[in-house]
Amino acid sequence: MKKKSLLHRTIIIVAVTLAGLYLVIGPRHRPTLKDFTWSGIKASLRSNIHLGLDLQGGSHLVMRVKTEEYLKRLTEESHTAAQQTAKDAGLEIKGGKAETAGGNYRVVLEPADPSKVNEIKDAIEKKIELGDTSVWTYSASGGQMSWTMTPTAQRVLADNATTQALNIIDSRINALGITEPTLQTHGAQSAHQILLQMPGVQDPERVKAILQGQSRLELVHVIGPPSPNPPTTYVTEAEALASLGGTVPPNRRILPYIERIDSRDDGNDANEPKPKQWVVVETPPVIDGSELRTASAVQSQGGGVNDYEINFSLKKAGADKFGNWTTAHVNDYMGVVLNDEVKSIAFIKGPIYDSGQITGRFTQQSAEDLALTLRSGALPAPIEYLEERTVGPSLGQDSINAGVRASLVGLALVVVFMLIYYRGSGVNAVIALILNMILMLAGLIVFGATLTLPGIAGIILTIGMAVDSNVLIFERIREEILSGKTIPSAVEQGFTRAFITIIDTHVTTIVSSLFLFVFGTGPIRGFAVTLVIGLVVNLFSAVYVSRTIFIWLLNRKDRVESLSI
Amino acid sequence: MFQILQNINIDWLGNRRLFIGISVLLMLAGLGSAIFRQATGGHAFNLGVDFKGGTVVTARFKQKPDDQAIRSALTAKGVRDAVVQPVTDRPDTVLIKVPLEVGKDGRTQVRDALNTFGAEAEPTLELGADPNATYKIVGTDAVGAIAGAQLRNKAIAVTLAALVGILMYIAFRFEWTYGAAAVIAVFHDVLVTLGFFSIFQIEVSLNVIAALLTLVGFSVNDTIVVFDRVRENRKLHRRDSLYKITNDAINQTLSRTVITNGLVFLSVLALVLFGGDVLRAFSLALFIGVIFGTYSSIAIASPIMVWWEQRLEAANRQSALSFSQPLKGGVRTPAIAPRANKRSTRAGA
Repeated sequence: MKKKSLLHRTIIIVAVTLAGLYLVIGPRHRPTLKDFTWSGIKASLRSNIHLGLDLQGGSHLVMRVKTEEYLKRLTEESHTAAQQTAKDAGLEIKGGKAETAGGNYRVVLEPADPSKVNEIKDAIEKKIELGDTSVWTYSASGGQMSWTMTPTAQRVLADNATTQALNIIDSRINALGITEPTLQTHGAQSAHQILLQMPGVQDPERVKAILQGQSRLELVHVIGPPSPNPPTTYVTEAEALASLGGTVPPNRRILPYIERIDSRDDGNDANEPKPKQWVVVETPPVIDGSELRTASAVQSQGGGVNDYEINFSLKKAGADKFGNWTTAHVNDYMGVVLNDEVKSIAFIKGPIYDSGQITGRFTQQSAEDLALTLRSGALPAPIEYLEERTVGPSLGQDSINAGVRASLVGLALVVVFMLIYYRGSGVNAVIALILNMILMLAGLIVFGATLTLPGIAGIILTIGMAVDSNVLIFERIREEILSGKTIPSAVEQGFTRAFITIIDTHVTTIVSSLFLFVFGTGPIRGFAVTLVIGLVVNLFSAVYVSRTIFIWLLNRKDRVESLSI
Repeated sequence: MFQILQNINIDWLGNRRLFIGISVLLMLAGLGSAIFRQATGGHAFNLGVDFKGGTVVTARFKQKPDDQAIRSALTAKGVRDAVVQPVTDRPDTVLIKVPLEVGKDGRTQVRDALNTFGAEAEPTLELGADPNATYKIVGTDAVGAIAGAQLRNKAIAVTLAALVGILMYIAFRFEWTYGAAAVIAVFHDVLVTLGFFSIFQIEVSLNVIAALLTLVGFSVNDTIVVFDRVRENRKLHRRDSLYKITNDAINQTLSRTVITNGLVFLSVLALVLFGGDVLRAFSLALFIGVIFGTYSSIAIASPIMVWWEQRLEAANRQSALSFSQPLKGGVRTPAIAPRANKRSTRAGA
């Protein structure tokens, strides 16, 4: 080999090694003397490598948006609206229902007079969204009219609900001030799943509750005689139903109501809930949560330390609507409904325009959490948690320690063996191996990949493959020497022959790792990433670097009689 | 230089019936265990929460109560079928596994039960920093039924996809018979390892899947080293039979096989001994896998490849005979015809 090529090789190797060292243990700030001490190096290493949640500590949540609930609600609302529209147009409907079973969403109406089917259809489709033919397919048979949601529309609506949920969750997470969260859709698009990772969050219970908070706020008209009569409540649901004559008409709903005990009257029992009651309210509501401008938690006037309520104000359009309605309903009762539960009932003293309160037995935290979820808007559909993993920092540290300990013991065994078995050339292998470790970590940093527990498994596999490359080369050189070749030509042949094998083994593993990366989930991906980086680096360290060292050894003398291998 | 193995001349392929017999027996044992356990009302595999659903809570104590005391506390709070498992390398820590129950949060259930021993540390404090605390939940893994099934299906799909990738690459670089033989060998390794997991009821978690993928990597690696040598020897010694060439290739690479796999084996042993409980199942899977990965490239992949190639050659010869005889009128010796035929069709490989 020529001297010039050796010089080139040496420059490349030194440059790559220095760059790798800087990436791995170099500080990302102006270096101080401390950065060259052992603890300084460790600190830099820690901040440079991005650790996965399983090593660093944090929470990992996978949730599913129950889009079927969303479609169900949509169908039910359309049914109610259709009934109301027909009634308003003076067309009598004998029966009907919203069918939402088995992945089919259908609104069915039974007109009292079958000859008026077309008239009813026109009235309804002109006024409400059942007329949108891209969503609903109309059919009529046997005196029944039905609108079925098309599969395409189901998919589009469900996807939209997921996106909307993702945005709302995002704003809730931001409002909570969680640092560096990862929020993204998870798995197949049709799965409607969302992945949330929160480094450093050890106890996700509060976050979970806040994210799950549906916070559907409605202001409704409570049916009953106006004040000064007390609000009309019923002891049981059946009693409330009886007051409606046994069936719930389309413009009425029966909701539970848990009356708050005023803490000013009997301070000690403030937190004892009264038994659940029932009230009849009008539907659709006067105002819903989408008209909300802001919401904030405030301490109740004259209330105790733990007595909080939520003040809210409405947007312009909502305020106008609310003002008109309250003007027309002075002395009637109005209820504040949260997630289908009546929170409070009050009579209307005079026109109210843009603000109101939700009172209830709120502590400071529950009031603040509720205000937060109200501000971010209502989730289109409830969410459920599919997977929850939390790792405390101490547990993560245990895993790091165990992984590092095992890797070091393994590495030490390999180093000792290589030095004993291959003597001088063993040094070659050890240098290549150490360089491999450094450059693999540097690779992880460059690609911004995260090191996870399965990633450590990938490192161990890489150590194995790296040693294997050296063993393949050395064994081949020995074989060539034994067959009587001169040392330089044996080295040359050894590298050339073994290189083919090394390429084949590496590419096979890289190919299968790529499959793992593309199709795999979190932990398996972490494994694939480290492995691919490790193997690519190994082609450099075990072949290029090791060969350069051999060239250097052989160049020192004119005639080489023996090789320590 | 000192060498472990020199001038080896073992007839590996001569023992193929014995090898394949052993492997079939091992796979049958694993299969038998799985079927027997399933049939007698047990579980074929001890699936972890990752695949089955449920919650694992890792709790750390200042003074760890007796496992039995923890179990009674859980039962007293209505948590049935909970498993309390000590952590061998952390005597202050315990794993509590709670099966999936609709409408209940495993973490909350366990916390309720553990509160009978004293208060939990503040969420923001480490256990040692909170003087009033007796314990702290340092980790949880809760997986619902949907996610469990999803993770299971995905793990299987991903492993199969990786095998297809391997098959395609080896088929491209060698012949598809080589690729098929390598994949069959790897499949065998996975099955034998899973068999051990069923027989000894070692827990199968997501990390075990990573271990299975690692062993797939090692096993294919070994097989390729041998096949590579076969390919090289085929060019050098055209007169030798494939049987002899393969035997030679195994013998020539044997010292490499022993050294590499010996070292990997030692590293994995270090992992089993020092890797801690979190990595235990992973290390065990790798431990079994490395042994069978080494074995299978010699005992499974090579014989299958030789058998398949010989069959193809015989078939080629048959068709070449029936083709060439009427045309050439028996002038050409049929023994050479298939070889020439074969070379020309595989020039690209």
